[in-house]
Amino acid sequence: MSSIEERVQKIIVEQLGVKPEDVKSEASFVEDLGADSLDTVELVMALEEEFETEIPDEEAEKISTVQAAVDYIKAHS
Amino acid sequence: MTLRRVVVTGLGMLTPLGADTASSWEGIKAGKSGIGMIEHFDTEAFSTKFAGLVPEFDVSEYLPPKDARKMDIFVQYGLVAAIQAFRDSGLDMEREDPTRIGAAIGSGIGGLTNIEENHRKMLDAGPRKLSPFFVPGTIINMIAGNLAIMYGFKGPNFATVTACTTGTHNIGFAAQQIQLGQADVMIAGGAEKGSTPLGMGGFSAARALSTRNDDPQGASRPWDKERDGFVLADGAGAVVLEEYERAKARGATIYAELVGYGMSDDAYHITAPAEGGAGAAQAMRNALVGAGVSPEQVGYINAHGTSTQAGDVAEAMAIKSVFGDHAYKLAVSSTKSMVGHLLGAAGAVEAIFSILAMRDSVAPPTINLENPDEGCDLDFVANQAQQRGIEYALSNSFGFGGTNGTLLFKKG
Repeated sequence: MSSIEERVQKIIVEQLGVKPEDVKSEASFVEDLGADSLDTVELVMALEEEFETEIPDEEAEKISTVQAAVDYIKAHS
Repeated sequence: MTLRRVVVTGLGMLTPLGADTASSWEGIKAGKSGIGMIEHFDTEAFSTKFAGLVPEFDVSEYLPPKDARKMDIFVQYGLVAAIQAFRDSGLDMEREDPTRIGAAIGSGIGGLTNIEENHRKMLDAGPRKLSPFFVPGTIINMIAGNLAIMYGFKGPNFATVTACTTGTHNIGFAAQQIQLGQADVMIAGGAEKGSTPLGMGGFSAARALSTRNDDPQGASRPWDKERDGFVLADGAGAVVLEEYERAKARGATIYAELVGYGMSDDAYHITAPAEGGAGAAQAMRNALVGAGVSPEQVGYINAHGTSTQAGDVAEAMAIKSVFGDHAYKLAVSSTKSMVGHLLGAAGAVEAIFSILAMRDSVAPPTINLENPDEGCDLDFVANQAQQRGIEYALSNSFGFGGTNGTLLFKKG
């Protein structure tokens, strides 16, 4: 079983078309990984599906970095 | 006001005969059919189980796969054809004024695949599961929109939507932007991916499609007695239109000049053509009169010729009414007999076939024409291409809503 970090990284690589080595924990989706506002919406949806959870819109807005995504998943699973 | 001259300096297409212009045109000249059985969904309950499908190709030669994933297939097809045409033109954006270049690429229906998938997701799991790319990946003007973003085209950008006349109208209206001085270069055409459950089911419900499931490659047979409807096909076509003087000055390959563009409407029925083809005739006449070209100068007509009972006869009558005795001397053919009916892309790929017919002095054949129907007595270039010099070629498109369009090209 992969760790949460690995699963989050894999989704980001697939959704944003970036290299695994660029998905560092401090990386920002928009600033560092080339995402736009629509990409981040879709990314959150992919995270919801992978981790079988619902992320409310006001929480989703705060998930702007790789670390924030991992932290959210850990706190809610 | 003197209108500026418009020439064609780039070509691109995806058809059931090939994922580029060269392979599609080779197939056309050889009289090949690109029609095959549908395998991408279960056609058990469908009365028609075949279509013209675009062969597999590598989209990453044109678009980052990450971007392609966000677009309906018709948008991808349209972009690929437009990128091929732009590359073919030899234009270099480093040297161009981006405000003088625009795009006009439409579709008859738009993103059916995306609509079907997202509708299913919404019914299954609710509206929160809709993709944020559903709308921008599905609406019709996003081929022209994405193309502008890719290359930086800041000139006129639009998508005319007129059913099966879409490709023709986009080329015609794009050319007018250049004639009137709104732009110097326009990428124009149409794209379609209609071979989805909704597309096949919808056209079947309208009794428009051939049901010759035991012989798909013989199903598109314009003017033949045994024809029983059109064969739906996917694909895209795009041309680079350019103001003549600057095309000449930069040493561009000039494939043809677009000398005439005519439009009309039947004002008769939502799907059926007016008897006698009066609307079609008016579109052809308008194109000829606008160009100052006499009917006798035209050597080839790429007919709309969809292989429907009423449409084929009406078009033959329309051609006779416009061309008189000359109707029997010129070559008339339907390339839909080979690639099927690309709906909103049809006018674009057929404009290109007309242009290549002049370049290569070849009238493309109408395949599957074994027993011409009553009243279908023109030279339809039955089954084998003909060598013949062609100075002017005309391309017809007619669509639901009775909308007609005709493009008239002069050899380059």
